[in-house]
Amino acid sequence: MRWIWIDKFIDFQSGKRAVAVKNVTLAEEHLHDHFPGFPVMPECLMIEAMAQTAGILVGEARAFKEKVILAKIQKAVFFDFVRPGDSIQLEAAIESISPEAAGTHGRITREDHLIAEIDLIFSHIDQNLAGVSFPRENFVFDNGTFQSLLREFTSAGRDSGQEAKGVHG
Amino acid sequence: MAVSRDEIFQKVKDVLIEALGLDEEDVVPKARLMADLGAESIDFLDIVFRLEKTFSIKIAREELFPAEGLLNSGELVVGGRLTDKGLELLKKQLPHVDMTGFEKSPTLAKLADLFTVEAIVKFLEHRLNAA
Repeated sequence: MRWIWIDKFIDFQSGKRAVAVKNVTLAEEHLHDHFPGFPVMPECLMIEAMAQTAGILVGEARAFKEKVILAKIQKAVFFDFVRPGDSIQLEAAIESISPEAAGTHGRITREDHLIAEIDLIFSHIDQNLAGVSFPRENFVFDNGTFQSLLREFTSAGRDSGQEAKGVHG
Repeated sequence: MAVSRDEIFQKVKDVLIEALGLDEEDVVPKARLMADLGAESIDFLDIVFRLEKTFSIKIAREELFPAEGLLNSGELVVGGRLTDKGLELLKKQLPHVDMTGFEKSPTLAKLADLFTVEAIVKFLEHRLNAA
């Protein structure tokens, strides 16, 4: 099982940009301790949500063939708290992509109010230059859980959309 | 229009300060990226991405920092030292790197010391001012 920390994508432009939504609820138990009487989303979990949004964008750009691993947090700046009941948008854009790695720029907003800026670097670990080898199976994108979030945006989905349009048109 | 070395150095300095979380006075031409500035392997990719953006050019990683993989060869490296052939190849790959000291004892352990702030500046000077 995969721990998925974003709820859905609302925009997905292959190789370029993705926007995901995360709804924050008081049913998330860690909020009871972070902090007692003052529940706010931990900043590390905002980074996780961005890493999933941007990581899926980077993975899809290479057709989920690469094992995409978060390698470096270039920047993480937070401007406001996120509280239970908030719905946050995570926008990620690919700034650079090479055979070995990808760099993304990300913004978290709540109703156009800037919450955080998070820039990340992902490694395509099979292309690492130290010559270390990893298991053959793609343990990052193994069972299609992450891909299922893209159901509405996959080429199959788009094709069937066009077909339907053709029928009605 | 030719870009001056000072101008390149200033921009490289800003890139390294951001990428490695350094203070301005740390970034001097002779500083070695790993031994002096604390860079790790993923930082080299970060630096390459930032340089590409800053100077609006494309840089293949091995152009600036040659792949360790190339040196995992019995012909080029024997007993942790570069062979003559290995050294020749490295020089060809890295015309922007000063190998004067390294040549006398070309061990893999010292290879990382070749990557200095100055080496990046020279590489960019060559790339940006190439006709």
